[in-house]
Order: sequence, then C-alpha cells, then structure tokens
Amino acid sequence: MSAPRPDFLAHRSGDAVGVAVRDLTPGPVKGGYLDSDAVEELELAHEVPLGHKVALRDIRSGDDVIEYGVRTAIASQDIARGDYVHTHNVRSARWLSSVA
Amino acid sequence: MAQQRRLTGYRRPDGSVGTRNHVAILPVDDLSNSAAEGIASLVPGTLALPHAFGRLQFGDDLDLTFRTLIGVGANPNVAAVIVIGIEPNWTDVVADGIAKTGKPVHRIAIEGRGDLRVIESASRYAKKFLQDASEITREPVDRSDIVLSMKDGESDTTTGLGSCRVTAHLVDRWVESGGTMIFGETSELTGGEHLIAERCVSDEVRKRFQGFYDDYVEMIEQTGANLLGSQPTQGNIAGGLSTIEEKAMGNIVKTGSVPIMGALAPAEAPTGPGLHFMDTSSAAAECVTLMAAGRGVVNLFPTGQGNVIGNPVQPVVKISANPKTTSAMSDHIDVDCSDVLTQESTVEQAGDALIDLVERTINGRVTASEALNHREFTLTKLYRSA
Repeated sequence: MSAPRPDFLAHRSGDAVGVAVRDLTPGPVKGGYLDSDAVEELELAHEVPLGHKVALRDIRSGDDVIEYGVRTAIASQDIARGDYVHTHNVRSARWLSSVA
Repeated sequence: MAQQRRLTGYRRPDGSVGTRNHVAILPVDDLSNSAAEGIASLVPGTLALPHAFGRLQFGDDLDLTFRTLIGVGANPNVAAVIVIGIEPNWTDVVADGIAKTGKPVHRIAIEGRGDLRVIESASRYAKKFLQDASEITREPVDRSDIVLSMKDGESDTTTGLGSCRVTAHLVDRWVESGGTMIFGETSELTGGEHLIAERCVSDEVRKRFQGFYDDYVEMIEQTGANLLGSQPTQGNIAGGLSTIEEKAMGNIVKTGSVPIMGALAPAEAPTGPGLHFMDTSSAAAECVTLMAAGRGVVNLFPTGQGNVIGNPVQPVVKISANPKTTSAMSDHIDVDCSDVLTQESTVEQAGDALIDLVERTINGRVTASEALNHREFTLTKLYRSA
C-alpha cells in the first residue's frame, strides 16, 4: 500500500486510470496503487472532483481503458496522462448504444 | 482480528434464525392493502406490507410474485403472518407456502365479507399473534445460522475503492465461519461476469449463473436504449462512474474471494451455506425485497452518493467511504469507512468495525434506515399483467 493521504488511488498496477480521493485542482499530484508501494506523480491538467478519474498514461481513441486490471471502457477521444477521464472521453465497450 | 461477539436471534420452528420478530400483515394483491393497513393501525406493533401488484399476473411473473410473498412471509425475521387477498384461491397459495415453515399463519379473503369485517376478524388474530410473538425470546446463535444479503446503491468510485472492499472483508470472514451470503444485481456484472463465472463452484452452478446473466442482458440490449443515466444512473455518473463495466467491478469487489456455491432465481432461498448469486435487478428496493424473500435477515448496503433505502423485513446497514456523503448524509450512514479512502485505516480495521456493527444489528441494534422508518417493499414485475 502506498503512503497515507494520496491524491488519487488506482486499483491495480498497470491500470490506465486512478480515482481522486479528494477534490483535485490542476498541478502536480501524487497517488498510488492498492496492490503495490509504487508512487505515481503526474501533472494534473484539469480539475478532478473526489471520486472522478485521472489518466495515468496516454490512451488513444479506440483503445481499451484498463481499471481493476480489466477493460472498463473504450476511449472515445485521445486522452493524455494527467487528463480528466469521464463520459466525455470514454464509453462502455459492452453497451454500444450507451453514449454521452 | 476482532473478538467474536456473542450472537442472539429468534429461532423459528423450521430451524431458521431471525434478527427481528415481526408479525406481518401481508396483502396478496394491491386491492387488499387497505385492509392490511387497517389491521396494522388497530394493532400497532404489527407490520403491514402493502405493495402494488398481485392481480391478473400469469406465468413466470405470477410465480415470482407468489415466491416473493411466500418468501417474505417465511423470512425468519417474521414470527407470524396474516395473509389477506381479494379472492380465496391465491390467498391460499401464499398462506399455504408460508405455513410450511411451521409458523402461525391466518388467512382471510375479502370477497363476500368486505374490508371492515375482514379487519375486525383478522385484527383479533393479529392481536393474538403479537402477544404470542412478544414471548419468543432471543437465544444464542452462531454466524452459521445467519443469512446476510448485500446490495450496493448510488454507487460511485468510492464504493469500489472503499465500502465494497470493506464489505468483502466481512463476506470472506462470514463464509469462513459457516455463514450464508447472497449477492445479486445481474446486469451490474457486465464486464466482469467472467470473474463471477470462474468462481462458481461447479459447472452446474456456472451454467445456471450464465443463463440468468445472458437472459437478463439480452432483455436489456434488445430494447436498443441508451442506458447512460439509467445504468449507470445519473447519481453514479455524478459520483465519477463512467460505464456499466466500471460500476460492475465495484459491485463484484464486495463479493470477496470465496467460491460461489449457488445461482438462485429471484426470491429463491439458498439451500446451503456460503456465497450465493441471486438473479435480481439493481434497483435497490426491488433487489433488497427479493433478497428478503430469499431469507436474508440483514442486508449490507455499501453506498457512494447516499442511497436512503430501507426494508420492512430485513434491516439495511449503510456503509460509505465517500467523505462528502458520510458528512452530508450522516443521518443515513451506519458505518463510515472514509478513512480507507485516505489510507488512514486499513480494509481489515474498517472491515472488523463493520463486522462489529453487523453483529450488533443482528443482536437487535436499530439501523439508521429502521430508525428513519424506511420500509421500501417493492415487488419485481417481469412483464405486464393480462
């Protein structure tokens, strides 16, 4: 487990997104993974409210978004590390008619 | 490891154990709600269970209504039942089903009598049942006697990161102790249904689970509807969940790591210990009602954005890791595990605190939803009545 009071947490090493555990503002943030001691530091590009997601790496439009070690979405736009990730740039890979 | 608390419960004639001791006034159909509520107002302390359906249903939909009403009456949290229907035949179906448990059941039909005669006559039985139930005492019980159900609602990403992990700690401990658990929410496994299938204890259970899952999702997908805003809900999206798959993974986290021993039809009771899947909707009141019919005696309810649901038959324990919710909606939250989110407490510490609260609830502690009189009793309807 990473150090106390992270800005964001990701479920599994290798996940493409982490979850803000407090309201975050643009700028440097750091977080960790539930399954490792690795610390991830990045430059947040947008405001990300508590519970919303931040990209931990670049994701190209059409690529799988991995969270919990499984595909939880497909990118509907190119996403850069540090971007806010939500329904505006990802979509369900399973329910194809469900789009924002 | 928390020290194991002494548990007490109400042992019923069929050997099952309840955490509450209700005398239920159970209408078979919507037309009988007024009489049921009339009895409950004349005999305070009894529990009327009004609902919206029970007429002109047929086939699988009728079977599910019968199974739900019988299951709720048979629930070990219920000491005795008055069954009221407009017609005698379906009233008998429900009353006979409940009476198999050996608990006291009185039945009465409204046709040929009218509400007031029914209320007068049945109220005398309700009074006697209430007095008799008041002399049933709690006795020592074990975790292996207790069926817990679980459902999460108004989920957000804090449920998957916090409250569902804390619930999973309880699930694994409870099953290790010989207890029984039920989870459900069929469509809310989408994207992780293979993880559930892999944990099924046998090919038979796996096949039954996969059948439930495929049928439910086919029904949803056939509509062609845009489900964003329905599943996930607007509240889920406001809480940060972007897709059904992401929501599903949080739902799955709370099921812990134990094998899945059974795949149950809606409102079907488990026949053995361990973790069981039940085919249900993710709508909170529908799901928790089906699980009450499946004999759940306490429901664990992780919530992110703050779902206020309760159930008249099985107490609902609210667990939240979202610090905004545990602050703004503290009236509704039984267990605040937001420290897990900031990693200031471990899942094990928060999980042991949850076990302690659940065991106190089994022993009679009133939950927030009980104190606030949340009694959502909602039947699941499979299709239109004839």
